Amino acid sequence: MSAITSEHDDHAHDHKPSGIKRWLFTTNHKDIGSMYLIFALLMFFIGGAMAMVIRLELFQPGMQFVEPQFFNQMTTVHGLIMVFGAVMPAFTGLANWMIPIMIGAPDMALPRMNNWSFWILPFAFLILILSLFMPGGGPDFGWTFYAPLSTTYSNDSTALFVFAVHIMGISSIMGAINVIVTIWNMRAPGMTWMKMPLFVWTWFITAFLLIMVMPVLATVVTMVLTDKYFGTSFFDAAGGGDPVLFQHIFWFFGHPEVYIMILPAFGIVSAIIPTFARKRLFGYASMVYATASIAILSFLVWAHHMFTTGMPVFATLFFMYATMLIAVPTGVKVFNWVATMWRGAMTFEVPMMFALAFIVLFTIGGFSGLMLAITPADFQYHDTYFVVAHFHYVLVTGAVFSIIAAAYYWLPKWTGYMYDERLGQLHFWCSLISVNLLFFPMHFVGLAGMPRRIPDYALQFADFNAFISVGGFLFGLSQLIFVWVVVKCARGGEKATAQVWEGAEGLEWEIPSPAPYHTFDTPPVIK
Amino acid sequence: MSKTYEKYYVPAQSPWPIVGAVALFCIAFGAGHYVIDMSKQQSGFGGWLLLLGLAILVFMLVGWFRNVIEESMTGLYSSQMDRSFRQGMSWFILSEVMFFMAFFGALFYGRFIAMEWLGGASNNAMTHAILWPEFLPSWPLLKTPGGIETQAMPAWGLPAINTAILIISSITLHFAHTGLNQNKRGQLKFMLGLTLVLGAIFLCLQGYEYVHAYRDLGLRLDSGFYGNTFFLLTGFHGVHVTLGAVILLFVFFRVLKGHFTPEKHFAFQAGAWYWHFVDVVWICLFFFVYVL
Repeated sequence: MSAITSEHDDHAHDHKPSGIKRWLFTTNHKDIGSMYLIFALLMFFIGGAMAMVIRLELFQPGMQFVEPQFFNQMTTVHGLIMVFGAVMPAFTGLANWMIPIMIGAPDMALPRMNNWSFWILPFAFLILILSLFMPGGGPDFGWTFYAPLSTTYSNDSTALFVFAVHIMGISSIMGAINVIVTIWNMRAPGMTWMKMPLFVWTWFITAFLLIMVMPVLATVVTMVLTDKYFGTSFFDAAGGGDPVLFQHIFWFFGHPEVYIMILPAFGIVSAIIPTFARKRLFGYASMVYATASIAILSFLVWAHHMFTTGMPVFATLFFMYATMLIAVPTGVKVFNWVATMWRGAMTFEVPMMFALAFIVLFTIGGFSGLMLAITPADFQYHDTYFVVAHFHYVLVTGAVFSIIAAAYYWLPKWTGYMYDERLGQLHFWCSLISVNLLFFPMHFVGLAGMPRRIPDYALQFADFNAFISVGGFLFGLSQLIFVWVVVKCARGGEKATAQVWEGAEGLEWEIPSPAPYHTFDTPPVIK
Repeated sequence: MSKTYEKYYVPAQSPWPIVGAVALFCIAFGAGHYVIDMSKQQSGFGGWLLLLGLAILVFMLVGWFRNVIEESMTGLYSSQMDRSFRQGMSWFILSEVMFFMAFFGALFYGRFIAMEWLGGASNNAMTHAILWPEFLPSWPLLKTPGGIETQAMPAWGLPAINTAILIISSITLHFAHTGLNQNKRGQLKFMLGLTLVLGAIFLCLQGYEYVHAYRDLGLRLDSGFYGNTFFLLTGFHGVHVTLGAVILLFVFFRVLKGHFTPEKHFAFQAGAWYWHFVDVVWICLFFFVYVL
């Protein structure tokens, strides 16, 4: 395959390298995007299986199936895998696939580094999962690895967790640099900033957040490593440190991280709603500014995770009000999505259904977030299932639903075939019902005081927990339908047109389906 | 399309990324096991795996950069490609800035908040009275609440000399850059070589300072929050200086081979940016760790 192509041999250029080398050595953004997405799906099921263990143990009060320490490992690794292994790689996969096409670029800006970013991830998660089989077990301190749980009281394998997180971070930073440089430097002539699709905009801001905060995660795991193994006392008051310092550094990373997992979702929904409402997105510019505002505010709210640590009152007040401020740009977004649909000629294909569910259910998660932001109320909610309900509404019915919506939306473009609409609708309705059975009652048990991350609970919570577990198993099973749809769609079906969806606009719908191996070797003309 | 444009070079397949991923796996898995075995005072495969990983990483970097340099020298890179590299390097340096910012943040928190609270400030009178009534908050933290004692590293000896050396090295590097821009190859070679020598002197003095701290001052990595922040900040800075020096060393070899033109010299530019960045970090370090 020659590196320099003339404009005439685009078809000759379309042949793909074959065999395993295609995937190991690839520099193609579509191949790398596919690998990210498949990896994320695999991790979604591994992390999901751990959630099933958690729900199995919590199905009835009392200790039934697993030891408490193993239960802790399941909650920890479930969280780590879902955040770093499922949601983030899925968004990166979508970015890889769609951003170069959406801005009319031939590939990502740094194609080899792109491949490196991906291939680090399977190895990082291999280390993390292998650490579960170490003597003494794997990480059991929660995905937030608070000191001193992760230092004084953690088991031997913590060093493996630390280094696994380090290389995940390297992967994320390189991926983010690639995205941000691609968007900045690779736009086709005429693709001005304010013409970019919102998915590109949201990813641009997400990449900025990643570059800013992943290094902070690296510092905090480094301090955990030195505190545990090298005698430092960053998080030990006897040596002049403070365990609360851990929480400050962690959440300075952790809160922007939350937006890293939701801003691309906003971009996806902003692509899908206009397509199926057959109207242009309402308030494009305000969407861009709202995204940027959320990103800036995300650096100023981290301590709302720490209201119960005994911070000075002025600090809690500052973080409370700053947190509530985020509801404003988020509200702008929800308003714009609803306004886009207003008097639209709507149809309800599967991507649209997931996007609609996203708007409603993400908003529920947003509202419970506002409740949690109220400092005095948070004293009651802190560390209860109410928090679990809140972040699963924003992450599962928010981020994960948007990823599923994106997969249905772009699958025809990726495979060249339409997915099975009836199976997709079945998947949607099963997911929608079961996910609410799963997470909605968590609000109630949380408000009643059921603590999170504990393998047993008071008898008064028994009925709700049985209910929640059934919802969990159903939600897990429902996702098998998704795999079925994806596999079926990859193997064949009704041929997709280039535009795929009647109301779809944008460069990705002007190239054939399936998208050729190389697109836009020649920059397109942007009207 | 009648308008002409430069092709953006998309490389064909490359084996280096997967080699790099294997290297990082060996490094992470090996380092993890090495640390675990060390803490349990047993021997294992960790150290060897770590070394293997580092060897693979070096092999990968050499191969990868050889490819990139060949592509660059054969003129495959457009000015747009050059911009991609420059922007990529800038964002990478921003991530490094954040890495150090977090450590500085920890330093400030420990010094201005944690230490004062342990001494009873704010609403922590009882913390002080009950936990460590003898603890006196003062910076540098020479006696921890738990009772570990150490001595402070004075600023106006070796550290001040090191500061001067590093600042001068940034200036010589700047003159190397002007030499490159004005096509004065002699000035370029001399100034770049001088920068490397100054960097090496800095690292040697820094190593000597560590020996001095451990042997004479009893200032150790584990001697409380002052020692923690001292060694992690200066240590990570030292690692970055080493990395910057290695980059500049390879740039130096390329200069000797006649690479780089006034118009195109991304590798030089990147190495220079990185060097100036570690210099700025050091100036912050000098003030916040040593002087104040």
